[in-house]
Amino acid sequence: MTRPTDGGTDTVRGDTVAAADAQNWPNLIFEKLRECDVRHVTYVPDAGHARLIELCQAEHDMEPTVLTTEEEGIGILAGAWLGGERGVLLMQSSGVGNCINTLSLAKVCGFPLLMIVTMRGEWGEANPWQVPMGQITADSLRLAGAIVYEVTQPEAAAPAVEAAARIVFNGGLMVAVLLSQRMLGTKLFKDYR
Amino acid sequence: MNKHNELARRSAIARILANRGDMLVVTGLGSPTYDCAAVGDHSLNFYLWGAMGSAVTVGLGLALAQPKRRVLVITGDGEMLMGLGGLATAAVKRPDNLAILVIDNEHYGETGMQPTHTGTAVDLAGVALACGFRQTGTIREAGELGDAVRVLHAAKGPVLVVLKVSTARDPLVLPPWDGAFLKSRFRQALLGAHVA
Repeated sequence: MTRPTDGGTDTVRGDTVAAADAQNWPNLIFEKLRECDVRHVTYVPDAGHARLIELCQAEHDMEPTVLTTEEEGIGILAGAWLGGERGVLLMQSSGVGNCINTLSLAKVCGFPLLMIVTMRGEWGEANPWQVPMGQITADSLRLAGAIVYEVTQPEAAAPAVEAAARIVFNGGLMVAVLLSQRMLGTKLFKDYR
Repeated sequence: MNKHNELARRSAIARILANRGDMLVVTGLGSPTYDCAAVGDHSLNFYLWGAMGSAVTVGLGLALAQPKRRVLVITGDGEMLMGLGGLATAAVKRPDNLAILVIDNEHYGETGMQPTHTGTAVDLAGVALACGFRQTGTIREAGELGDAVRVLHAAKGPVLVVLKVSTARDPLVLPPWDGAFLKSRFRQALLGAHVA
């Protein structure tokens, strides 16, 4: 982080702070997960989740599990809860489609299910194949019985996770925090061309 | 093929669960759930009635959260085929307390006995071994059940045993299907009354 010099204006200072917050949101989400005793971190890798996944892998009290497909995380977190422990499912919006029937496990049994979803196909997506699922992600989750928080600003991400975790673990409910491409940026495939 | 499989599923499961001790049991939807209820309902049984393909992953999460307790997943060939990726995920996590028993009649028993892949081509024990399970095996004879019991109860996991069973239908025995009840009953029995 660069600090404004004496000649810096308020505008410059504000931009710098905002830029730092924008990069720091994975660390702030990680801190919230630790505060609310989340131990099992199940995920299918995604560029938007890369930093958070690294932080969780480096924390010896956490149990990170990489999945072959996202619905495995719903089963693992149900089993962990049966065994007295909490977890989170990290995935990309395309993975929500893979989860639909398995969400019935959490719904019918009242298993807590905290999901953090990085969006694709939502805002300025370059890859048209991502758009169909990205456009129905929030509605699909709601139809399946989940509460959905849509986050577009990086500074709102950690507070949304904290609020979601309280509802999830106190109430045995499903909450998905959707992180918009407006805050994550959009993959433009420039390196591939 | 199934015509060579004569093992009776329910008596085999009864023998495997006879001395379960403090073992935690997760059952896959369909006949394995009914079988486990028939041989004796238990508060440390978690019966799946849906979420097909999830039996192994529920068992995996439980095994990771309770590393000192033996976790036995009992599921069918159709349910296992829907969640093959879970075998790969379990093999990577390598919990030494996780055992999986597949009751394989080579058919979808709930939907009209249509054949599954295991009757013609797919070797589930071979799949688990290739994924990285520590020990796997396929049992066809009653005389081999003692070996299955030893592996499922005591061998270092993750282990998977396929029991090739006959297609004979047993009387329907239905355990509770209120998921919230099953969850809370299991957690209270395992963790204490305070978690209700």
